[in-house]
Amino acid sequence: MRVMREILRQPAALFGLLIVLVVVTMAIAAPLLAPFDPDNQMFDGLTLEGAPIAPGGPFLLGTDTLGRDLYSRLLFGARNSLIIGLVANGIAVSIGLLIGITAGYARGWISTILMRFTDLMMAFPALLLAIVLAALLKPSLWIVAMVIALVNWVQVARIVYTETRGLVERDFILAERALGAGHGRILFLHVLPHLVPTAIVWGTLGIATTVLLEATLSFLGIGVQPPDPSWGNIIFESQSYFQAAPWLVFFPGAVILLTALAFNLVGDALRDILDPTQRGRG
Amino acid sequence: MAQILLRRLIQSALILLGVAAITFLLLYALPADPARMIAGRSATAQTVANIRHELGLDQPLVLQFLYYLGGLLQGDLGRSYAQKTEVWTLIAARLPATLTLMAAGILVEVLLGMTLGTIAALNRGRAVDRLVMMSAFVGVSAPQFVVALLLLYVFAATLGWFPMSGYGTLSHVVLPALTLGLLGAGWYARMVRSSMIDVLNQDYVRTARAKGLSGARIVFRHALPNAVLPVIAMIGIDIGQFMGGVVVVEAVYGWPGIGQLAWQAIQQVDVPIIMGVTLTSALAIILGNLIADLVAPIVDPRIRSH
Repeated sequence: MRVMREILRQPAALFGLLIVLVVVTMAIAAPLLAPFDPDNQMFDGLTLEGAPIAPGGPFLLGTDTLGRDLYSRLLFGARNSLIIGLVANGIAVSIGLLIGITAGYARGWISTILMRFTDLMMAFPALLLAIVLAALLKPSLWIVAMVIALVNWVQVARIVYTETRGLVERDFILAERALGAGHGRILFLHVLPHLVPTAIVWGTLGIATTVLLEATLSFLGIGVQPPDPSWGNIIFESQSYFQAAPWLVFFPGAVILLTALAFNLVGDALRDILDPTQRGRG
Repeated sequence: MAQILLRRLIQSALILLGVAAITFLLLYALPADPARMIAGRSATAQTVANIRHELGLDQPLVLQFLYYLGGLLQGDLGRSYAQKTEVWTLIAARLPATLTLMAAGILVEVLLGMTLGTIAALNRGRAVDRLVMMSAFVGVSAPQFVVALLLLYVFAATLGWFPMSGYGTLSHVVLPALTLGLLGAGWYARMVRSSMIDVLNQDYVRTARAKGLSGARIVFRHALPNAVLPVIAMIGIDIGQFMGGVVVVEAVYGWPGIGQLAWQAIQQVDVPIIMGVTLTSALAIILGNLIADLVAPIVDPRIRSH
């Protein structure tokens, strides 16, 4: 409740939250909101010369090169982009939490191996790795999500590791241990709850990164596969046509930008609110 | 100092070895078959088997990796499957283009980020500050390829100020560098702003002000140099980010760098090139961090004593 109140007090965060709500509504209610079937290549969706129709008129945001309604495709694209965003980032944060907590709590050689592995992944060119994986595997919604998760957990793991290391040194954990509490009890009752804010913040900020990465992969033709719409592949399909029909790049691009911006704004506000050490800064 | 440097170098070599091992394993495990790719769709099983044998792909994985490592230690990245050329030659030919782009991008990013960050810090809490911070957020949330296409649309297709694509003259660099720089500047602006605010609240800045020094002198002589440290660390990290990220920008602008080389190789399942580019990028990331760590004590004497 306190979190909600503080978000409502910050105009930027409120703006972000509103956009998040709009995008989520778009994704959930796509079949109700879409005026046309997103995959239907309509006869009257192209001009007599076979060019896409500009925004306005019966097609609110115009049509694409195959005569499909852009607005309807954007609505259904929101589904794919958000599903990938949520799934990929959920997995990434989970892996990050698991590795970070284990390495921070276990110490000794387990910790060393896990953190060296994390360092190793930090040296990987993430986007390149994602592109290689997505291109060589047969792309599907779930593969794309897995690929993104695979390159995005690293940062979370490092932060969680540092926090866990700090936590296990604290008096209340030492006291628990002295009282004879088992590892399970300490981890689940005392360490994990303290990491919830971190998980929430990265769960939010990470969606922005994920949505951008999905759009990039789809733009390269190795993300969500046509005819399934995603914001990235709408641009991929029409990029050679963008001089004649700039709206085919502009609208999907704007939606990607706004979505990433919204999650970044909300995540940033959450970090300020949930992390007491950040309070009063900036 | 020498000892620390030696340890860092050994660590870096180990990380590079790890990157090589993981990439090798991944490329081996993926369902794409380079032999079939080279042979073409209509090739017989025998032809594919022959090619596989020729490339040494019928050997056990461990042996293949050891061969690769053996070559790597001698600076040999192997031969491209599709182009039959030394991978190192191909990368070396493309590297200058990518490095030019990277340098130009980082220049835009740092100049823009530091200027905006300083302006925001000096006007903390005012409308200018809020505007800068909001633009910084937009910058870090914008998809690279969309910005690239929009810049092309406005400045190349519509206004005709810059060429659509290509490489060679200064005007070719502008749009790709802007694409990379505009987006990254947001991070720098945020960072410079917060470290500037920290510095401006320090006692010595108050002293400088009390002495009656001009605002400009305080900012440029006393505050900015102290706020520059995180920027150096950031540039180090950025070098790595750029190496991975150039694939997209180079694809949109037809920039003949290693990003294009990698993209082409990925589509042809040209494993040696993919390995080579990945290792080059990893090396850039490691070197970037190393250089940042080495430069930091030169800029900031306080770190030297540690």
